[in-house]
Formats: sequence, C-alpha cells, structure tokens
Amino acid sequence: MAQPAAHNDAKQHPIKLYLVVWVWLFILSTCSYLVDYFGLVGYLRWSLILLFMMLKAGLIVAVFMHMAWERLALTYAILTPPLALIVFVAIMVFESNYTHFTRLAFFVAGQ
Amino acid sequence: MNEIAPTTLNAKAGHASGWRGIVADWSSDQRAFKTVSWGKAMMWIFLLSDTFIFGTFLISYMTVRASTVVPWPNPSEVFALEIGGRQLPLLLIAIMTFVLISSSGTMAMAVNFGYRRERRKTAILMLATALLGVTFVSMQAFEWTKLIREGVRPWGNPWGADQFGSSFFMITGFHGTHVTIGVIFLAIIARKVWRGDFDHGRRGFFTSRKGRYEIVEITGLYWHFVDLVWVFIFALFYLW
Repeated sequence: MAQPAAHNDAKQHPIKLYLVVWVWLFILSTCSYLVDYFGLVGYLRWSLILLFMMLKAGLIVAVFMHMAWERLALTYAILTPPLALIVFVAIMVFESNYTHFTRLAFFVAGQ
Repeated sequence: MNEIAPTTLNAKAGHASGWRGIVADWSSDQRAFKTVSWGKAMMWIFLLSDTFIFGTFLISYMTVRASTVVPWPNPSEVFALEIGGRQLPLLLIAIMTFVLISSSGTMAMAVNFGYRRERRKTAILMLATALLGVTFVSMQAFEWTKLIREGVRPWGNPWGADQFGSSFFMITGFHGTHVTIGVIFLAIIARKVWRGDFDHGRRGFFTSRKGRYEIVEITGLYWHFVDLVWVFIFALFYLW
C-alpha cells in the first residue's frame, strides 16, 4: 500500500522542530502565568491572555497536529467551521448584556 | 480504505494549490481528502465536533459570568496554593499546564519515531505521555477535592456567584474525562506498538484487520486536542 505523501513529510521532520515548539509553549505558558502573577488588569490583561492563548493554540495545531503540512482541502474543512463559534460568542455577549441590564434594573435596584 | 481508492486519484494529488486546489479536491468525486486516510479524516471530524462541545461550554460560562450581578470569585485566589506561608496564585494550575504541554511534546516525538518504525522508542514515549496524563488527572482530582472541602458546589460557593461551581465542574470535569479516555487510548496503542503489531501485520482483536503506524498519529491528534482545549480553559476560565 502506498503511503500518502503527507505522511512521508511528517516522517522527515527532525525531532529538533518538536523540541523548539515545546520550548516555545513553555515560554508562552510562563508568560500567561506571569500575567496573573503580576496582577495585570483590564484590557492589557485580556489582550495578553488572548494573544498567548492564540499563539499556543496555533503552534499546537500547526506543528504538533501537522496541520501546516496537510492539504488545504482538509485544513479549510476543519479550521473554518469553528469560526461560527465567534458569531455565537457575539450573540451571547448581546444576550448576557441584556440579561445583566434587566437584572440590575428590576432586581438589584428594587432592593 | 486506501486499497479501495483508485490510485489515479492519488497520482493526481498535489498539483493545484490554493483555492483552485481546494475546489479541485472537493469537486473531484469519491473523496475530498486526497492525501489523508479515512482514519485521520474521521479523527479530525470528531475533533471538530468536540470543538463545538467545548466551545458551547465556554460560551455558556461566558454568558453566566457576564450576566450575573453577584461578583465572580477571583480564580487567582480560589486556586492559590499556600507554600511556605506564601500564597502563590494559580500555582497548581500552572503546574498542570506544564505537565500537559510536556505530554504533548512527548506525544509529538512518539509520532515522529512511529513513522521511523522505531517501535520501542515510540512505545516508551507514548507511555511517558500516558503517565503525564495520569499525573494531570491526579492533580485535577486533588484540586476538586480541595474545592469541594472548601464548600464549592454546582449550586453555590462561599466567595461569590453561584454559577462559578457549575461552570467549573462542568468544564474541567468534561476535560478531565477526555484526558482519562486519552490515557486509556494511549495505553492500548502503546501496547500494540511495543508488541510489534504494526511491523508484523498482526490482526486487531476487535477489527480483525492489520493496523498501521498511522494509528500513533491519530492517537496523537486526539491527545494534542486535549492539550489544545486546556489552553483555552486555562486562558478563559482560570486567567480571565
């Protein structure tokens, strides 16, 4: 049976690549821990948390899960559907703001 | 299976790139994922569905946290550990993060050695991954015990919004279950690798078919996904 081409690529990566990514994941995790350790707050905190999160996720998916070497037909089929979650987040931000507003208006203020 | 797929399809693979390549692959009839075996494609599709499960958990957590009028308990304090009389914020969670990342590192190397047909190294690295996974679950069990002793319940806790407990137990519990299943999965495949099943073409107990080293990579995909979910939980639940 012929091994599909992508596997041959995966076979030839040097171990060093994985070690480098591993070290980077450690560094990024340390950075995100330090955000909490130093007690950063507000938009600085949130943007740093999200930045380190996305960098880590990207490294894991691209290198450890070999997505960087897959054909685009698979990459796009897997990576585009989760974008729907962003729409879902936006909807629920509206919804929760509204709920919060009504709770403040009708429950907390009335006490 | 690859045996069934006409070789002409694979021969054509790898020509067009970019959008043209995607359109060519998807409109080519019979199979869209040319260079990917069914096992790997199915694992990816499963992981995609799992993404939506964890996505909706995290979104519901966001919704309850943003809509409550009671202050949310400060995770930095809730998950602090006292060592030598000093309160260290989130220490256990940080260690758990490093353990899980390390397990992803050993898993990635196991996949690499698997494709080099070095079965002993592959099996040992997979077992190391499983051991780190067990360590992670044990630390999570410790954390759950600690919080339950302190009075955290799905319906309330001593520090603030009631929804904290239900979000915490639901999200970390579901993730911990995934890790546990991954450890079992790893142990089964590591045993097969160690025994040389994929070198000698030994038939599987359940499927009666010959396995391939690719299963190491498929197991790896699942394991990295578990790590990936933890990246999001760590950022959005513990650090936010």
